[in-house]
Amino acid sequence: MAKKVKYKPKKIKLCASDLVLQIVTTILLFIVLLITLYPIIYIISCSFSDYIAINAGRVVFWPVGFTWSGYEYVFRFKDIWVGYRNTLIYTVVGTALNIFMSMLCAYPLSKRDFQGRRTYMNLFFISMFFGAGLIPHYLWNKTLGFINNPLVMIIPGAMGVYNMIILRTAFRSSIPGDLFEAAKIDGANEFRSLFQIAVPLAKPTISVLTLYYAVGHWNAYFSAMIYLRDKNLWPLQLFLRGILTTTEGFKPSDASNPTPNPSGGSSTQIADNTLGAKYALIVVSTVPVLILYAIVQKYFKKGVMVGAVKG
Amino acid sequence: MAKLERKMQQYSLVLTSNRKKGWDLFWTRFKKNWQLHVMMILPVVWIIMFHYIPIYGIQIAFREYSNYYGMWGSEYVGFLKLAKFFGNYKWSSYVVNTLSISLYSLVAGFPTPIILALIIHVNDRKILKKITQNVSYIPHFISTVVMVGILIRIFDQYTGLLASFNRLLGITDRPNLMANVDAFRHIYVWSGIWQGMGWSTILYIASLSAVSEELHEAARIDGANRLKRVWHVDIPAILPVISIQLILRFGHIMSVGYEKVYLMQNSVNLPVSEIISTHVYKRGIQDGDLSYGAAVGLMNTFINTTLVVLVNWITTKLTDGEGGLF
Repeated sequence: MAKKVKYKPKKIKLCASDLVLQIVTTILLFIVLLITLYPIIYIISCSFSDYIAINAGRVVFWPVGFTWSGYEYVFRFKDIWVGYRNTLIYTVVGTALNIFMSMLCAYPLSKRDFQGRRTYMNLFFISMFFGAGLIPHYLWNKTLGFINNPLVMIIPGAMGVYNMIILRTAFRSSIPGDLFEAAKIDGANEFRSLFQIAVPLAKPTISVLTLYYAVGHWNAYFSAMIYLRDKNLWPLQLFLRGILTTTEGFKPSDASNPTPNPSGGSSTQIADNTLGAKYALIVVSTVPVLILYAIVQKYFKKGVMVGAVKG
Repeated sequence: MAKLERKMQQYSLVLTSNRKKGWDLFWTRFKKNWQLHVMMILPVVWIIMFHYIPIYGIQIAFREYSNYYGMWGSEYVGFLKLAKFFGNYKWSSYVVNTLSISLYSLVAGFPTPIILALIIHVNDRKILKKITQNVSYIPHFISTVVMVGILIRIFDQYTGLLASFNRLLGITDRPNLMANVDAFRHIYVWSGIWQGMGWSTILYIASLSAVSEELHEAARIDGANRLKRVWHVDIPAILPVISIQLILRFGHIMSVGYEKVYLMQNSVNLPVSEIISTHVYKRGIQDGDLSYGAAVGLMNTFINTTLVVLVNWITTKLTDGEGGLF
């Protein structure tokens, strides 16, 4: 082996109290890691386990009696597909609108010499501290004809004021003002400066906001529960609510009978079959969000810091 | 020539716009910024449509809502609806439940991310730190529905994780914790901390890393060890951030996350789990007594806003006008 010489900066020897502190904090970090990861690992293990093993309480860490049947059961369930499709539509369209609106709003407000900036800003600021509450919103949306209308998942939440302010801060602090001046001299109008200068330069913040918005859309269930009655419009979370937050097993309500066990006659047996599927469903519905987080993760540090510190 | 003169005049108008007053000034400035105003149209229309018009609609709390007359035409009844709330013998239990859940969340949930951030900041193991940070963000992405689903699975009387452990340890007692009056608050609060702890550290870690190295250097020369520097340098440096977060938290003290509470409710834990916002939802939308719901909701908002202002005033006083939010 070739000898490698590492040049390490000479470390200052820790004094006893600092050493103890290091040991204690390291132990605490491991404990935090364990507490966070253990429930997640348990759920994933259960989703791959045989329902008999789950029922007998034999799954504690690793999957027992490895099987894909939970996942098979989930994907044969028609409602899940409908929910997945709807959630995907709401998330993509809703997030795109969110980002567009936030850009439109954040850019003028980031201009220091924009006349009327104060007034606009107050309009948005006040809304963060004082809201009308559930019922007046419900009544107004009803008046607008949003009951049982998929637009209710997109339009009323077309922008998040807090996220917009983060973007405004990013526009203001990460882009030198001279750049806009130069663009103006070269004949760019404001729209062009926004989409060709400000937006590309604020990319880290915009990707983080995309994550925030998309996660919000993906996880929303309450407004769907209030406004949407037609099951074909339901997002995934609303179907999940019916399946996960009841103690009974989920039984196929639609025509295509997904029961993998044809000999199972009694209803308790069907419930047993669906036990692993519940865990599988938890995994299946959360993974897309985590994938998105993993993609955005590299922008994370830069993007979050800009808005967060100055908030 | 006249044309040139007019042109000159226009330019001088722009140059001397500071001296102009009233409508003229407004108009010159508007011409300069009109594109920015065009950009603001959509967001402003949106916030008026979906924020300020509903605020105007709060008046339904003082009317007897009828489908026929609609929002603005219904009969005015004053504080009748609010009186109805206080006429219900359960009202105090709703208020107590709301306050106890949210104070418990605040007391247990507010310091934990700060402590975790300090631990991460103090520790020297870079890889361990990074892994812990990234892993601790994961629970934040779990949706409320799935989170409650997980809780139900884990605390299931027969097939849950707790039951498995009990079986391993030979304990035959099988409590149904999800349907338990005593356990509800603890499960709600600590599952919330599990979900949000890591995510909330982001802000604190960011502010901790912005603390000037010179301060640490100076403290080190004065003979302070790491723990002392945490106490005398790090914590004072992030105190403004902490106080702003605290004010914001107080603003939500009456608005407990009803989405999660609603999903965790069952007939057994209802005496401790029925809070004001779930009551508003059930009576207002499910039972259709919209005015009643609006009145109770308005009272809630009112207390909220008062609390924010009060806490902001106190923090401003305590920090000599530095810690306040507005």
